[in-house]
Amino acid sequence: MKQWYLSKSLLFLVAVTLGLLVGSFSVQAAEEPELMSSGASVRDQASLQRGAKMFFNYCVGCHSLKYVRYSRIAQDLNLSEQDVMQNLNFTGGKFDDQVISHMPADMATKWFGKAPPDLSLEVSAKGEDWVYTYLNSFYLDPHSPIGWNNTVLPNAAMPFPLAELQGLQTATMKPGTTDVVEKLEISHPGTMTPAQYQQSMRDLTSFLQYASEPAALQREHYGIWVVLFLAVFTFLAYLLNKEYWKDVH
Amino acid sequence: MANVFSNIGDWVGERAPGLAPFYRKHMSAYYAPKNFNLWYYFGVLAIVVLVNQILTGIFLTMNYNPSAAGAFDSVQYIMRDVEWGWLIRYMHSTGASLFFVVVFLHMFRGLMYGSYKKPREMVWLLGMLIFLVLMAEAFMGYVLPWGNMSFWGAKVIISLFGTIPFIGNTLVEWIMGDFLPADSTLNRFFALHVIALPIVLLLLVVLHIFALHEVGSNNPDGVDIKHGPKGNRWDANKPADGVPFHPYYTVHDLVGIGFLLMIASFIIFFAPTFGGWFLEHDNSIMANNLVTPAEIKPVWYFTPFYAIVRMVPSFFGTAVWGVLAMFGAIAVLFFLPWFDRGQVRSIRYRGTGYKVALGLFVVAFLGLGAVGTGITAEVIPKWFGNVDLTTWENLFGRLMTIIYFGFFPFLWAYTHFGWEKTKPVPERVTGHD
Amino acid sequence: MANEVVDHGRRRFLTAATAVVGGVGVVSVAVPFIKSWEPSARAKAAGAPVTQSLAKIESGQQLIVGWRSLPVFIVNRTKDQLATLPTQDSRLVDPKSDGASAQQQPKYAQNEARSIKPEWLVMVGICTHLGCVPGYVGEMKPEPFDPNWKGGYYCPCHHSRYDMAGRVYQGVPAPKNMQIPPYHFIDDMTIQIGVDPKGAA
Repeated sequence: MKQWYLSKSLLFLVAVTLGLLVGSFSVQAAEEPELMSSGASVRDQASLQRGAKMFFNYCVGCHSLKYVRYSRIAQDLNLSEQDVMQNLNFTGGKFDDQVISHMPADMATKWFGKAPPDLSLEVSAKGEDWVYTYLNSFYLDPHSPIGWNNTVLPNAAMPFPLAELQGLQTATMKPGTTDVVEKLEISHPGTMTPAQYQQSMRDLTSFLQYASEPAALQREHYGIWVVLFLAVFTFLAYLLNKEYWKDVH
Repeated sequence: MANVFSNIGDWVGERAPGLAPFYRKHMSAYYAPKNFNLWYYFGVLAIVVLVNQILTGIFLTMNYNPSAAGAFDSVQYIMRDVEWGWLIRYMHSTGASLFFVVVFLHMFRGLMYGSYKKPREMVWLLGMLIFLVLMAEAFMGYVLPWGNMSFWGAKVIISLFGTIPFIGNTLVEWIMGDFLPADSTLNRFFALHVIALPIVLLLLVVLHIFALHEVGSNNPDGVDIKHGPKGNRWDANKPADGVPFHPYYTVHDLVGIGFLLMIASFIIFFAPTFGGWFLEHDNSIMANNLVTPAEIKPVWYFTPFYAIVRMVPSFFGTAVWGVLAMFGAIAVLFFLPWFDRGQVRSIRYRGTGYKVALGLFVVAFLGLGAVGTGITAEVIPKWFGNVDLTTWENLFGRLMTIIYFGFFPFLWAYTHFGWEKTKPVPERVTGHD
Repeated sequence: MANEVVDHGRRRFLTAATAVVGGVGVVSVAVPFIKSWEPSARAKAAGAPVTQSLAKIESGQQLIVGWRSLPVFIVNRTKDQLATLPTQDSRLVDPKSDGASAQQQPKYAQNEARSIKPEWLVMVGICTHLGCVPGYVGEMKPEPFDPNWKGGYYCPCHHSRYDMAGRVYQGVPAPKNMQIPPYHFIDDMTIQIGVDPKGAA
């Protein structure tokens, strides 16, 4: 009798938990329907280093990482102060400074219609797959004032500085529409092959994911030990509990 | 050495003669039924989470900046520049969600085993007050990071008061101290969140436990062990089915606490945002009074109540009905001990009607949660194809709302008119896990 | 109600083991909270070495720069001021900075002028009594607090006095000479505060 009630209770808990999890994943999946899978990972240090290089060569001209310090990048990506100051820091900031783009906001607003956003929390806000897809989805658009458009962020105010790498993409619209993109094709190749470009964007996405939450590196490092420690504690408590409850009949 | 300790004990005992009896009353000589099961962990787990919230909260205030200009930056400062600040914040944010998980299960336990019934009505009422204060506390805490969801969540929830006829708009401006959530709002919410409500919460928790220890704990059989036979191996005059809370339930609770901490640590270290459920994506964007997030909904633990607001249409030119229904959904729970006239406490010995009704009540609560979180909006097109989403969602949500509120009058009629066919309740508890 | 024999040894062992593991857990959890009080990355960034050009500090003038939120006095001492230093030894608590004040300067500044180059005084301007910032009274003329004043520092809080090398006079509350921070010369007219000269530690 008692066993039956216990197992029913357990079953109920498990069912609710599973229900919530399944629910959460279905919402997750459905929010952004047509995103590519980025495969980005903050655990791949080489990828983070390449991504940092990418960011500081192509993005920092316009975009800041106002919550990220150069010194922290050096520490987390296993780079020396010299590496960072000579190969990444083109803004003239000090080693302990945060990454602030040189572009004056008022000029940017004049050129692009709005100031380029800070990217410190871009992956937290949009998700790594969104960022990766965005970077892969620029196409030439003669109707756009800046000549470019993007499938995941239509009418984006951003020109495409990576065109020299990816090449030029043109869009084929869905039959009968003028603004629904069916597919993108590279009409004019860039200096990278599509595979190379995608790898670079994966690196860049990983770096931005790292920038969104530098603590991710520490938390996964410590997490496993904390959980194992608690497992030992719980097991001891279980034995202790069993021992005492021998008194109770 | 032992002498020193006993001397200190004597010294304290002479100067605080109430201490030892107090300890005996609440720990070593508090006789709890020996047949507690899994469901009886959630009370102590709520205390553990409360302690966690207070400790981590104190440390967060040390680096948090309660101003519209500085709040968002200061949270990132905690996450990046303060040594271990990320851990302290994640403990607090995960704790907030787990608090509600634990409290919901704790309340469900009360429903299942009739813990709200005579003579424990006071315990239930104090518990409901705790729940109410906890919701206010959670809401104000959610505003503090000053992300875009914080801002718009605050705006929407405060606007609920704007539906009150005549005084609504004045009231809303009074709550915010401005015409939109602003610096003044953030400052007063900070004060309430870190000082005022925690004091009230702690006081209520103490009263909740004292009230419980006056009447004694219920148990999965709903048997009153105080009315049963006397005499156990520790005391000849105490209930035969009771065990001293310390050490038996302290060691018992340690196991549950260990499991809770494992689950919490797993979330804190490996999935602190919990897929956007505990920390929402749009809150990574600073509050912006010009741009509403694409999907604006409260954190998951408010969604069942929030869904009720959405499901009730406006009548006579006012939207107050939905708001009344939402607060009513909480208020009606206060009166549960008087809706239920049944004599049998535990679901084990209650009629089938009660079991089905309680099951439906849980389904309604989860169903409303599904509406509030947007799960139904995703699932309906997937399962039923190209249908009119609003109609279907309203149909489902209103059905769930009716079931939720229907539970209470049903319970009253079911027990008042003697329709319930209960099973015989045993004299003694049926054993222990 | 069968009273079985309780295995007290096992019970004690398990209680102790759980208590010890739990205690280790509590202490481990305390560590991050305690460490969160350490200077944050922002504080450390603000405390990074400070580079300062000396070109505009004229003879006899003092410049105050911030380093780790501390005021650092940089004084271009005149020949006269330097000449007074040995004459004050008998009135000072620790003229050679090798007694109570042995830790108040790096080894490379443990000399009469308490500096790398005699004319340049670089010193943390915090009174060693209770932490006020002493005022610079550079002129050699009788002062209300000392008729034989040869230039130096006077603390407004409790009237402690120091000479032109930040050495404390006898008979005042402050116990030690003022602190000399680590610093070095990048070139003739530029110093960096917070970093020792190469080869010195």
